[in-house]
Amino acid sequence: MAERDFTRTSFAEHLAEGRLMGVRCRACGALSVVPRVVCASCRASDPEWVELSGRGTLEGFTVVHVPPTPLAAAGFGRDNPYASAVVRLAEGPWITAQLVGVDPKRPESIRVGLEVRAEVIGEGEAARLAFRPEG
Amino acid sequence: MTGKLRRGVAVVGAGVTKFGAYPRQDSRDLFVDAFRELVASVDKGFDPAAVEALYIGNYSSDLFEHQGHLAPILADWVGLTPRAALRVEDACASGGVALRQAVLAVASGLYDVVLVGGVERMTALPTEAVTDTLATAGDVLYEFPAGFTFPGFYAAMATAYAARYGMPYEALMEVARKNHENGSLNDKAQFGMTIREVMDRRIARAEEKGGPVPEWRDEREFLRDPGANPPVAWPLRLFDCSPITDGAAALLVVASKVARRFTDRPLRVLGTGQASDACLYGRTDLTSLRAAREAAAQAYRMAGVTPSQIKLAEVHDCFTIAEVLAIEDLGFFPPGQGWRAAVDGATRRDGRIPVNTSGGLKAKGHPVGASGVAQVVEVWKQLRGEAGPRQVPADVDLALTHNVGGTGQTCVVHIFGRG
Repeated sequence: MAERDFTRTSFAEHLAEGRLMGVRCRACGALSVVPRVVCASCRASDPEWVELSGRGTLEGFTVVHVPPTPLAAAGFGRDNPYASAVVRLAEGPWITAQLVGVDPKRPESIRVGLEVRAEVIGEGEAARLAFRPEG
Repeated sequence: MTGKLRRGVAVVGAGVTKFGAYPRQDSRDLFVDAFRELVASVDKGFDPAAVEALYIGNYSSDLFEHQGHLAPILADWVGLTPRAALRVEDACASGGVALRQAVLAVASGLYDVVLVGGVERMTALPTEAVTDTLATAGDVLYEFPAGFTFPGFYAAMATAYAARYGMPYEALMEVARKNHENGSLNDKAQFGMTIREVMDRRIARAEEKGGPVPEWRDEREFLRDPGANPPVAWPLRLFDCSPITDGAAALLVVASKVARRFTDRPLRVLGTGQASDACLYGRTDLTSLRAAREAAAQAYRMAGVTPSQIKLAEVHDCFTIAEVLAIEDLGFFPPGQGWRAAVDGATRRDGRIPVNTSGGLKAKGHPVGASGVAQVVEVWKQLRGEAGPRQVPADVDLALTHNVGGTGQTCVVHIFGRG
């Protein structure tokens, strides 16, 4: 089977299959969670898919009380906030994702440096990446 | 690459609308108001027929007003066709980048006289749609589906900064207090009120209605009250965020060799710098904007000055934390010390380096495409001693503007002197 192209569509297909796949530059080894052809580090155009561990730590986070339209339509809002995070994966690269398994009404309980693990929320085309605290 | 302009460039006129919410005005009407004030600001008079090109900073008339191809309409509305008219878009840095493009065009020798405009009309959309539109300044493929809103991006930076440097979130309130105090002295500001005045007005209204009267003892208590200052994207609350605003600003940018035709007190563009960066997932640090450090380094190098020589700065405080990062990225304070500067008063009008004397985006308002241009209008007034009640006590001979697009994927910095 031909390798999937390095696009968001492929990224989403991997998630729908329950896998977090990123790309590695075959020239310099740099990793990116977000699929891309041209390496941001060495500018080579020789990527390959690699499965990522999904383990990571929080670089920063927020609890959103004023959501964009799609999440407002899903019932989030002032009385039902949700958390989103910037995560550094154990392998090094960063990704942004929703944070589940935390209490958005107690944001003080969420800490930068918190260890998290990736999971897929939603199914099929609605499959999205999320992270949940370890343990 | 020389890193220098090939010839001198000056600002000889400036205008800005009062920022606010204008249900009866479209962006072209706002731009006309700024243009007319600019014409009146030119000391020796000015025939608009002398303008050779129009550079417009505008983020998204497409999404805010369902109007694309804005620049020629604005040119027509002020009688400038058939001169070249173009729109520049780099999110909230659109205005500063439009100025930079105009400066480069004049420095190249192509034009002697160009008009720079910045405009945004945002209030026609409901808040959720404005939130969606602003979030498109981030990555709609990988950040938007993660639930990030624009305040959310900066909120994440605030948590990272607080974790690294031990900043209490309440320190951010001091940025808001200062900028609202400055804004209360600016008749063009959307919120021309101190936070104390906002609080007193709410108390007075509650008393009029005969309902329960809030018992805030001072504005800090007011800001701590989640009823008065609710979270938008924790840890950022309503008073940490710049508002949704309609407004426009304009500058007349000319070759230095013709500046004296317009005024004996021009501003000289001493430095300009611009840089780009990846979205948040492509960064290695959330506590500083690399594009801001790079753009500032370019501008300082071109101007041949150091941060300690700058007497006043208008920085991109779309959120309170953004001002803290800005004053560090610009080299006014070391990393981790910006929040202390806000608490200590070092950035007040009488402080070591006055920051956002206009009220900043926070209190003056943030019509995104206009903000980078309006920053220069404040510098124009301060350098010429025309800032009225908010004129800083120190002699301002060197001033800087810092305009950020998105979460720092774009930053543009300009340095101005007299003459």
